[in-house]
Amino acid sequence: MTGVPVAVDPVVADPVGGGPREAARGGLPVLGRAVRTGQARFGLALLAAVGLLVVVGPFVAPHAPDAIVGRPLAGPGGEFPLGTDILGRDVLSRLLHGGVHLTWMAVLAAALGVLLGCVVGLTAAYRGGVVDAVLMRAMDVLLSFPEIVFVLLFVSVLGRGTLLTSVLVGVAFTPGVSRVVRGAALPVIGSEHVLWARANGLPAGRVLLREVLPGVISPLMVEAGMRLVWAVSAIASLSYLGFGIAPPGADWGLMVGENQDGLAIAPLPVLAPVALILMVALGGNLVAESVARSVGRTEGRV
Amino acid sequence: MPTPTTRTRAPRRGSPPAPARRLLRRLLIGVLVLLLVSLLLFLVTQALPGDVARIVLGKDATADQVADLRQRLGLDQPLVAQYWNWLSGMLTGQMGTSLENGEPVADVVGPRIFNSFALGFGSMVLIIPIAVVVGVATAHRRDSALDKAFVAVSSLFTALPAFVVGMLLIALFATSVLDVLPGVSTIPPGDLPWWYPAELVLPITTLTLMGVMYLGRLVRASFIDAMNSEYVQMAVLKGLSGRRVLFRHALPNALAAGLPAAGLVAAVTITGVVVVEYVYSYPGLGTAVVSAVNSHDLPVMQAGILVLATAYYAFNLLADVLAVVGRNR
Repeated sequence: MTGVPVAVDPVVADPVGGGPREAARGGLPVLGRAVRTGQARFGLALLAAVGLLVVVGPFVAPHAPDAIVGRPLAGPGGEFPLGTDILGRDVLSRLLHGGVHLTWMAVLAAALGVLLGCVVGLTAAYRGGVVDAVLMRAMDVLLSFPEIVFVLLFVSVLGRGTLLTSVLVGVAFTPGVSRVVRGAALPVIGSEHVLWARANGLPAGRVLLREVLPGVISPLMVEAGMRLVWAVSAIASLSYLGFGIAPPGADWGLMVGENQDGLAIAPLPVLAPVALILMVALGGNLVAESVARSVGRTEGRV
Repeated sequence: MPTPTTRTRAPRRGSPPAPARRLLRRLLIGVLVLLLVSLLLFLVTQALPGDVARIVLGKDATADQVADLRQRLGLDQPLVAQYWNWLSGMLTGQMGTSLENGEPVADVVGPRIFNSFALGFGSMVLIIPIAVVVGVATAHRRDSALDKAFVAVSSLFTALPAFVVGMLLIALFATSVLDVLPGVSTIPPGDLPWWYPAELVLPITTLTLMGVMYLGRLVRASFIDAMNSEYVQMAVLKGLSGRRVLFRHALPNALAAGLPAAGLVAAVTITGVVVVEYVYSYPGLGTAVVSAVNSHDLPVMQAGILVLATAYYAFNLLADVLAVVGRNR
């Protein structure tokens, strides 16, 4: 500690919980409480199963993901447990290779969105006045583009790329996160201990990190959880539209797009990646919801 | 009634500004934001560092071709003039010509806007009443099996990408399982979408499913709030019949609170339209933008994105305005 005689953190001052301060309590206790529910455990199990597949998959795949090994759209059985895709590549091998990009892209996008949203939201709330107005109107401008359209706008000019796509999704998430952070930070910034810290001339960065951020950590965790789920959805959709990883590569969203025309003949090349995306969405959503519930957000507000 | 000028000159502290003035203020900010949206769109597509003409034509283009395209896109003019020409063109329908096939952009985008509107409107007409019924029914029987099932399914749907839902519907209804509906909704240019009702069923079902799951959940929440409000509790205490409390007291309150959500759902539907159109190869604005991005057809892309963003923002603004109106009731 830097010798700042911070008044007792009001968050710690109420260890019993309940009451309005319940929502302000964050960090590990909340996460711990969240994962103890059956719902969250089921979600975590789903995520762990898919995670294992993503991590181990590339090492146990029987074929290279882009190798043409058989006739197109062969049914399951024999050498190809899930059949072959529209170009004659092994569906199982592509499935085992195809989650890596989705995972890191979604994590990067969500992390970037939460980070940028925090910076903008906290700055706007702390500075107030003109800075607040300008920042939040700028966020309104970004918010006017549906996420996918926003990404397409830049991809059209800058060319496509996995890194670019995930950064753009992160930027597209920023306004939503910044609104939540700003809303949660305003009462904290108006509280006595923050006013005290500001009056004593502590640098803004330190006040925000030490005093304000802990007060908004609960809504932030809820937001981060939901953003991660939405990032999976957005990245998978962009990949499906053809704006993720380049074609010979394997990716679940891309696999769905590639094999859609063969759906009537061979459903597995489409339905297998669809099932995995469904598992991620279901698992992630169950976990994110139980975090939200343990933080005390009312139901129904997504 | 005081004139607006006296009001602006003497801002009254303590009392909130009149609702009408707040609405006007919000609309003016809305127009300003839309102008900034168009500016961002213009700057990204036309003024980004690097030669846009070169990006459009690719590496193999000759210097003459690049110069020609620069002139056609007006890239040789000063930036301010470019923006002004572009924006006034967008507003008057003189949007330039498609780089892909030389057709006027308005002719390419116009019918697509219409088709997308048909899809979105058709979905909203179904979403709103179904969501209200589902939301009220589940809230009324809170914690019943039906309610729990709806809550679980609806939260899964908010996490699902639209193309996954679309793909499952195609697999169920357009392949060997139940081959009853077309999985591809191509509508020939010049034809109206509702001449092909069978082709519309799956795209509209996809959007409706997603919208009902989202809006139904919001209606359920606001109905639960309304039932817990003092106003409704009072009516119950007065001994009014359950039906009367439900329809005369709780429902209007819940609808007033849920109305802004309908604006949000319309905005969400616009996002969904882009992906859903692509899933079913439906000739709407979304597919037009995706293919324009793929072929670097800048003018079509600019017009398409501007329309999508404007509609999206307008519905978000509508939700805001409805919320303000609702609060003042």
